[in-house]
Amino acid sequence: MDFLRRLFGGKDNSSSSAQEAKKRLQIVLINDRTDISPQLLENLRAEMIAVLTKYMDIDEPRIEMDRGHDESAVALIANIPVLRIKRGAGGTLEDRFEDNPDDRSEGKFSPRGEPPRNQNIKSRRRK
Amino acid sequence: MGARVIVITSGKGGVGKTTSTANIAVSLAKAGKRVVAVDTDIGLRNLDMVMGLESRVVYNFIDVIEKNCKLNQALVRDKRVENLYLLPAAQTRTKDAVSPTQMSELCDQLRPDFDFVLLDCPAGIEGGFKNAAAGADEALVVTTPEVPAVRDADRIIGMLESMGKSPIRLVINRFRAMMVQNNEMLSQEDILDVLSIKLIGIVPEDDSVIKATNRGEPLTFTQNSPAALAYANIAARILGENVPLLQLDSYHSKGFVASLKKMLGF
Repeated sequence: MDFLRRLFGGKDNSSSSAQEAKKRLQIVLINDRTDISPQLLENLRAEMIAVLTKYMDIDEPRIEMDRGHDESAVALIANIPVLRIKRGAGGTLEDRFEDNPDDRSEGKFSPRGEPPRNQNIKSRRRK
Repeated sequence: MGARVIVITSGKGGVGKTTSTANIAVSLAKAGKRVVAVDTDIGLRNLDMVMGLESRVVYNFIDVIEKNCKLNQALVRDKRVENLYLLPAAQTRTKDAVSPTQMSELCDQLRPDFDFVLLDCPAGIEGGFKNAAAGADEALVVTTPEVPAVRDADRIIGMLESMGKSPIRLVINRFRAMMVQNNEMLSQEDILDVLSIKLIGIVPEDDSVIKATNRGEPLTFTQNSPAALAYANIAARILGENVPLLQLDSYHSKGFVASLKKMLGF
């Protein structure tokens, strides 16, 4: 078939090898450029747990956190088993601060009433 | 005024770093600039062969660093053009014979006497690359339109960016316009899209590159083959001239461009 196609000058139906090369490069570079260190992942995990436990009881030892990807993006996949939602955990942070500003000083939302620090999570380059 | 120090690098081996270094160095020298090409590939030196100066190498840059000789004793002057010098690498030493700091100091030692210091970098991302990149202000990253070369180029670009080199510009080497037209080779757009970096020139695949290396006479001395023209254009762009790129899609049109296409052998 290939021979006939070439003989009659027909175009190959499958995507060109150049397109394929580009696609493969784009996928591999997404991975190459994602430089999440184990330390960063560990810090992220600790802070996430701190946030989540304000709202719900979670099964900490069973938390799974890993990097994954599909064809176009890198994903951080966290599997967090929830044991129980805490009573009165509904509403946004702002709503609750308005109701009772003292919540903040009581350390309900962040330890020692400090605003949470910005976590600097960045992939190595661009994008 | 001190020299601009430019590292020519790629990550992957065999994509044309040394050939690019030699030809850009010759082009810059022909444009009247004082140029030194430094072979930083300790143990695997080749720039001397590509430039045809191998028989005149006496000392190397490690001798300079270790103060076995003076800087100007190690510099090999290219007699074919004014103001072009080669600073060879040591052939019987290893990459760990020098440190990035020592390489930086060597570059600083060269700055006052030249307009351009071109550093021909070894393949890889280890010590040899780090040494070569340490002293550089700017970088040229050489790639070919092939998947492994582009991937490695991306890695190197990331490292150069984190080292604060600027500008970092891309040379696409061994480009085959015919194959690109048939969608069987990554186009310049594809490569730039993937790497998001500025392009400084496209060098077409050209048999005369091999012939030139056989003779040890960089193409740009004669300057009539397609690759020689491309390298001369790159040198002009380094000097800030606005030389238009040879656009692939222009090969479809007639007239001047068509004759250029014919001249380039596509």
